[in-house]
Amino acid sequence: MTILLLSGIFTLAPPTGIQAYDTPDDRGGSITIEWQLSSNDVGIEGYEIYRSEDGVAYEMVGFIGQGRGRYQDETDDNREYYYKVAALRDTVRAFSSSSQPVMSRPQLFDLGATNLFIAMIIFCSITLYFIQTARRGKKFEIRKIAGLDAVDEAVGRATEMGKPLLYCMGVGLVDSIATIASFNILGAIAEKTGQYETPLIVPTSDPVVYTVAREIVKESYTSIGRPDLFDSDKVYFVTDSQFAYASAIDGIMLREKPAANFLVGYFQAESLILAETGAMTGAIQIAGTDNVSQLPFFVTACDYTLIGEELYAASAYISQQPLLLGAIKGEDWGKIVILSTLLVASLIGLLTKFPILNLFR
Amino acid sequence: MKRTLPLILVFIFGIMGIVPYYIPHGGYQTLDNMVRNDFLRILSAFAIVLGLGSLMKVHIDKIKKHRENWPYSYVLIIGFVVSGFIGLFGGIEGNGMLPTSIASFKFDIETLYLNIIVPLGSTMFALLAFFMASASYRAFRVRSLESALLLSAAFIVMLGVIPLGDRISPHLPTFAQWIMDIPNVASKRGITFGIALGGLATSLKVILGIERSWLGGKE
Repeated sequence: MTILLLSGIFTLAPPTGIQAYDTPDDRGGSITIEWQLSSNDVGIEGYEIYRSEDGVAYEMVGFIGQGRGRYQDETDDNREYYYKVAALRDTVRAFSSSSQPVMSRPQLFDLGATNLFIAMIIFCSITLYFIQTARRGKKFEIRKIAGLDAVDEAVGRATEMGKPLLYCMGVGLVDSIATIASFNILGAIAEKTGQYETPLIVPTSDPVVYTVAREIVKESYTSIGRPDLFDSDKVYFVTDSQFAYASAIDGIMLREKPAANFLVGYFQAESLILAETGAMTGAIQIAGTDNVSQLPFFVTACDYTLIGEELYAASAYISQQPLLLGAIKGEDWGKIVILSTLLVASLIGLLTKFPILNLFR
Repeated sequence: MKRTLPLILVFIFGIMGIVPYYIPHGGYQTLDNMVRNDFLRILSAFAIVLGLGSLMKVHIDKIKKHRENWPYSYVLIIGFVVSGFIGLFGGIEGNGMLPTSIASFKFDIETLYLNIIVPLGSTMFALLAFFMASASYRAFRVRSLESALLLSAAFIVMLGVIPLGDRISPHLPTFAQWIMDIPNVASKRGITFGIALGGLATSLKVILGIERSWLGGKE
C-alpha cells in the first residue's frame, strides 16, 4: 500500500497521443503540435516542447502552462521536424514519444475562408445581376431618404443667404469605406454648389484625403463647365490630430457661419463636438457615418442623419444613375439572402443536432 | 485617358486588395504588405507636402488679405516653423544636432507634444461632457411617441445603473441591462449588417468603375 502511494507521488505520467501537423490555412513557417494532457496535469507546472531535425538530438523550443494541449511552433518551410512534449513537475520531466516527421509549407488558399468567399461570390453575383438588369433599361425605385432630399434645400438655403457650405469628412483615412462614400457624395454636392455658385469649404484631416477631395471638387466644377469656380483655398488640409481638427472645424463654423454643414464620413468622439457647435450656429446639418457608436450623437444634434448603409446609397440617390440604383437593389436582395440564411440556420440549430454553427466559422 | 487610367489602377489594386484575404501564401502577403505599407507611406509623404503647402497658403493668404482673426494665422505659421526647426535639428527626444534644453527647461518635440498638444486635445475632449448635456436636453424633449420612448428608455437605463435604481426596485437594474443587451444590440446588429453589405457593394461599384463620383464625373 505504501509503495503504491509513494509511486503515485513520485511518478509523473507523460503526455500522450502527440500529433504534429502543418498549421492549416497559413502563410507557412508554422507547425501545430497537439497532445493529450498528462494524467497528472493538475499537479504539474506545464509542458515543454522539444524539437529535433534528425529525431535524435532534441532542443526545447517552447513552454506552455498546465491544462493546455496545443502549441504552435515557428519553423523553416520545407524542412522535416520531429517533436516531443515533456510534462514538467519541479525538476522531473516525463517525455512523450516522438511525433511523426512533419514539415511546414505555405498554403495557396485559406480553406477556412471558403464560406466567406462563397458568400462574397453570391453577393457580388446578385449585385452584378441587378446592375446588368439596369443596364438593359429596367428602372429601379429607391425609397425616400430624407437626409438626401434635404441636400437641395441645404444648397438652396446657402445660396439665398449668400453663405458657404461646409463639408467635413471626419477623421477617416482614405482606405475607410465611409471616406470613399463621402468622396462620392462630395462630388455630387460640389456639382450642385457649382451650379448655384455657392462657396464650398472642405477642410480635411488627412493629407491623402485632402489631395483626393481637392481633385474631386476641381473635376466636379469642370464637369459642369465652371472650372473657374474652383478655389484652392476652400479645400485644404488642417491637421491629422483628432481634437485639433475638431477645434479647427468649430472655428470655421463660428467664423464663417455656413448655412449648411455636411458631416459625412468616419467620425469618432469629435462627432458631437462638431454637431453641437453646428446646431448652435443655426445651420442645416446633414450627417452620415458608418460608426454605429457615433450615430446617436448625430441623430440628436443634426437635422438629418444618414444611418449606416444610407451613406453608401447617397451617391446613387443623388445622381439617380440607373446602374448605381441597380447596385442598391442588389444590396437589398443580398440582405434578404442573409436574413433567410440566418433564419434557416437558426431553425436547423434549434430543431436538429446538425453542427450548423461550424459552417459560419 | 485621364479617366481611364485611374479606373484601370483602381480595378487592379482593388482586386489585389481582396486576394490576400484568401491567399495566405507568403509571397503574395509580402507583396500586399509592400503595397499597403510602403507604397502608401511614399504616397502619404508626397501628400503631406501638398497638404502642408495648402495649409500654409490658406494662412498666408489670410494674413495678406487681413481676413477675420488673421493675427491667429501668425501663431500657426510661427508654430509650424519653430516645431519644424526643432524636429529637424533637435530630434524627437532632444537627441539631434542642436541642443533642445536650457538647464532643466526642455523643448524637444516629445516634450512639446506631451505638454502642449496632449493637454489641448484633452481640453477639447473634456468639452464633450457639456455638449452631451446640451444634446441630451434636446433629445429628451417629448415631442412625439418616438422621443417619449427614447426618454423612457434612457430614464430606465440611467436609473438602472445607479444605486438608487436598485433601491426603487431590485428588478430595475436587470430591466436596464435587458434594454442594453436585447433591443439595443438587435438594432445595432441590423445597422451593422447594412453597413457590411453596403460597404461590399460600394467597393464593388468602385472597383468595377460603376461608381465614378470620386472622379468628379458621371456614369
